[in-house]
Amino acid sequence: MDLLPLNFAAAFIDSHGTSVFSAFSTPGKEINGLAYFVLAISAGVFLVVSVLLIHVITRYRSRPGDNSEPPQVFGSLQVELAWTIIPILIVVVIFLSTARVLFSVQDAPKPPDALDVVVTGHQYWWEFQYPQYGVVTANELHLPLSTAASPRATYMKLTSADVIHSFWVPALTGKTDLIPNRVNEMWVDPQATGLFLGQCTQFCGPEHAKMLLRVYVDTPEQFQQWIAAQQKTQAELNTSASVVTVAAATTTTSDQDAKLGQADFEREACMACHNVSGTMAFGRLGPDLTHLMSRETLGAGIIPNNAQNLKAWIVNPDTFKVGTLMPAMHLSDKENTEITAYLLTLK
Amino acid sequence: MGGQSISIGHTIDGHPESRGARSGLLAIFESWIFTVDHKKLGIFYILYGVVFLVVAGIQALLMRIQLFYPYNTFVSPYTFNRLFTMHGTAMVFFVGMPLIFGFANYLVPLMIGARDMAFPRLNAFSFWISAFAGPLLYSSYFAGTGPDAIGSAPDVGWFAYAPLTEHAFSPGHAMDYWTISLLLSGIGSIGAAINILATVFCMRCKGMTLLKIPLLPWVYASSAFIVLVAVSPLTACQAMLMIDRYLGGHFFDTAAGGSAILWAHFFWIFGHPEVYVLILPIFGFASEIIPVFSRKAIFGYPAMVAASVCIAFIGLGVWAHHMFTMGMTSYSNAYFTLATMLVGVPTGIKVFNWLATMWGGKIRFELPMMFSIAFLFQFVVAGLTGIMLSVSAWDWQLHNSYFVVAHFHYVLVGAFVFMTFAALYYWYPKITGRMLNNRIGLWHFWLLLIGFHLTFDTMHIPGLLGMPRNIFTYEADRGWTLMNQIMTVGGFIQAIAVLLFAVNMVYSYFYGKEAGPDPWDAWTLEWSTSSPPPSYNFAVDPEVFSRRPLWDLKHPEDSDSAFE
Repeated sequence: MDLLPLNFAAAFIDSHGTSVFSAFSTPGKEINGLAYFVLAISAGVFLVVSVLLIHVITRYRSRPGDNSEPPQVFGSLQVELAWTIIPILIVVVIFLSTARVLFSVQDAPKPPDALDVVVTGHQYWWEFQYPQYGVVTANELHLPLSTAASPRATYMKLTSADVIHSFWVPALTGKTDLIPNRVNEMWVDPQATGLFLGQCTQFCGPEHAKMLLRVYVDTPEQFQQWIAAQQKTQAELNTSASVVTVAAATTTTSDQDAKLGQADFEREACMACHNVSGTMAFGRLGPDLTHLMSRETLGAGIIPNNAQNLKAWIVNPDTFKVGTLMPAMHLSDKENTEITAYLLTLK
Repeated sequence: MGGQSISIGHTIDGHPESRGARSGLLAIFESWIFTVDHKKLGIFYILYGVVFLVVAGIQALLMRIQLFYPYNTFVSPYTFNRLFTMHGTAMVFFVGMPLIFGFANYLVPLMIGARDMAFPRLNAFSFWISAFAGPLLYSSYFAGTGPDAIGSAPDVGWFAYAPLTEHAFSPGHAMDYWTISLLLSGIGSIGAAINILATVFCMRCKGMTLLKIPLLPWVYASSAFIVLVAVSPLTACQAMLMIDRYLGGHFFDTAAGGSAILWAHFFWIFGHPEVYVLILPIFGFASEIIPVFSRKAIFGYPAMVAASVCIAFIGLGVWAHHMFTMGMTSYSNAYFTLATMLVGVPTGIKVFNWLATMWGGKIRFELPMMFSIAFLFQFVVAGLTGIMLSVSAWDWQLHNSYFVVAHFHYVLVGAFVFMTFAALYYWYPKITGRMLNNRIGLWHFWLLLIGFHLTFDTMHIPGLLGMPRNIFTYEADRGWTLMNQIMTVGGFIQAIAVLLFAVNMVYSYFYGKEAGPDPWDAWTLEWSTSSPPPSYNFAVDPEVFSRRPLWDLKHPEDSDSAFE
């Protein structure tokens, strides 16, 4: 398969990795502190038991030739009480520590200036809506940076259009499931800019492994610019006067292809599943394509977004992601080229 | 008490029936297929479990080959998803349950001085109906036609979350094979549980009060109690799923207003107690084997009984620790955190009691004891990662990652499989009259130990680095590749070890050293009769005066009955 994303890593900026210990947010940090505490206690218990076990199997080996039985001891009230009471105390301590973090994260009061994001899971892509701005996008989530000087939390509502999914970006915070017919909530305040990687973490069907997440944490200025760009609508290229009146010298082949491509897009079934704001395409079954070229990847994070991959995807999505719900439409090569040219204009 | 000579378990003749003159293949076939003898049924269950251990183990190896490097195309995503669904389902229902019911059947009547289980025909029915379930599920590979493949097994994970299992997302009959085969297996489990409880409570020999039975029947009674409570929710949700799929129901059909989280509650109300059903008998094996090879009585018998019963009860109330990420309230999450941590207390008591049994003893490093020591160490680690997962806030990171997969394989392989091998080495001589070969056994032990730790110690790391479970491939830029490769190598080493054991079982049946009635110098009633026992177990009904009847016989000057 020569369209495998083998040079994928080279094409992308470095991310913050996917270690659960990275914790670039308040909930992430609180969870981490708790995790280190529990790890330390567990390590202590492990050490005590291991030392006891090793001591016992070395010190109390039976010597060769010795067939006598050792003294039979049936129990000891003090010792047994000790190893009942001490574990109960340890449980109380780690439970109370856990409860503190649990309530602090899960029941944190929502600040009035929080960003709202609605996440809807689909087989096998992510729909992101910013209701405060009227923005709908897919697969690549942009969040504003939160600093001590200017904190800005993002509060997410999570649901699903089909089966259960789960939103997990380990370097940011813990995961929450996206359950159909139910709205779950989580919040995060990203404290470093850059790219954070994640993926769906609840088995959702054959391409569960290919439902990747890319979270871009922008500075507040970059975020506002991104929102403004996403709010713009596209235009109907093929109904504009330029098709009829402008001289051939000022239009390129790809411009003509783009106009024909939009007509193809709207005539074939594409518009039934995909939305391009400002045009006739208003489908909501597949990802919103209004600003497709503002995204770095296709197919929910699995391949770089370039002309070659885009055309190959349109020809047959199964090339990259067998089991994807977008069918191969069996269009002619001319139409595929034109539609690709059109989509490339959706910046 | 002193001076009385008590003959326990004398057989009438020296020729146990199963080694008697062969009266034709047909007679042998009939005596096994139509048997209601707990010993033959026990052997059937154990062999059945070992066969499916190999089948589901091969499925695991296929997955590990696929995960050897990113974007591998050894199997398709469809095949991979079927592999982990079938591997998980088979390991729980066709390996774990048969193995524990097999040992229960074989040992419980013998240990309490009974002639058979309370209900021998129910016993046979329970075996055959649950045995049918395994081949039924695997026949879905040929018969469960769906639109995406010619014949297909279920591919929804062993937990089969709704609404992925509804008709809209799982057309074809793969799901129905899963549902029906588990319904059958559940019926068999309930029958076996009824039998175990009735036997332990009603069939003990003279002098054997409930506080004089060995710990193994005690843990089996606890385990059977859990089965009776916990299998019903599974049966119920299977029925609701079938109603959704075929009779127009919408229990879990979220598109029509049903609840996906309802399935999760029903499934885990079964699924969590199920793992206590599996592990309690393992504790029973440990409580029989560790004392014999330390040459000391079990330390703290009453506490061990109380701990088993506590684990059974508390374990019924912790199920939603599998659902911490599903959006329950903080109060629910807090309750399930506390309950799950509490179950660690009686479990820890057991570990300390085993250590205290070994303390001051004279430890003999025979194979049953070697496997038991590995079990002890590995079970403690597994319990500690379990405590980490019970910390609900941290579970929000760890849930559904390879950290969880590492945890439950540490329990299921590191504790369950290792201790089952201990039990097999310990009781094989009683069942067959021959010792398992020691040299092959040592190779089996060390290879299994090395392979297990290579795979499952390493497996925690990708989980902490963000690798989810149930994925047929992974991205190359995540840094998970090397560890996946190590895990695969470890898997193959374990496979060689298990193969060696299978060879040992067959080889030793024909060429093993003759065992005699009591090769380990043990103390419970099964060692007082011949190896293998006659069909009637004991020629004379035993009478006991303490928890270790054979110790009393062998040490009349220091008998337990003087202390109990």
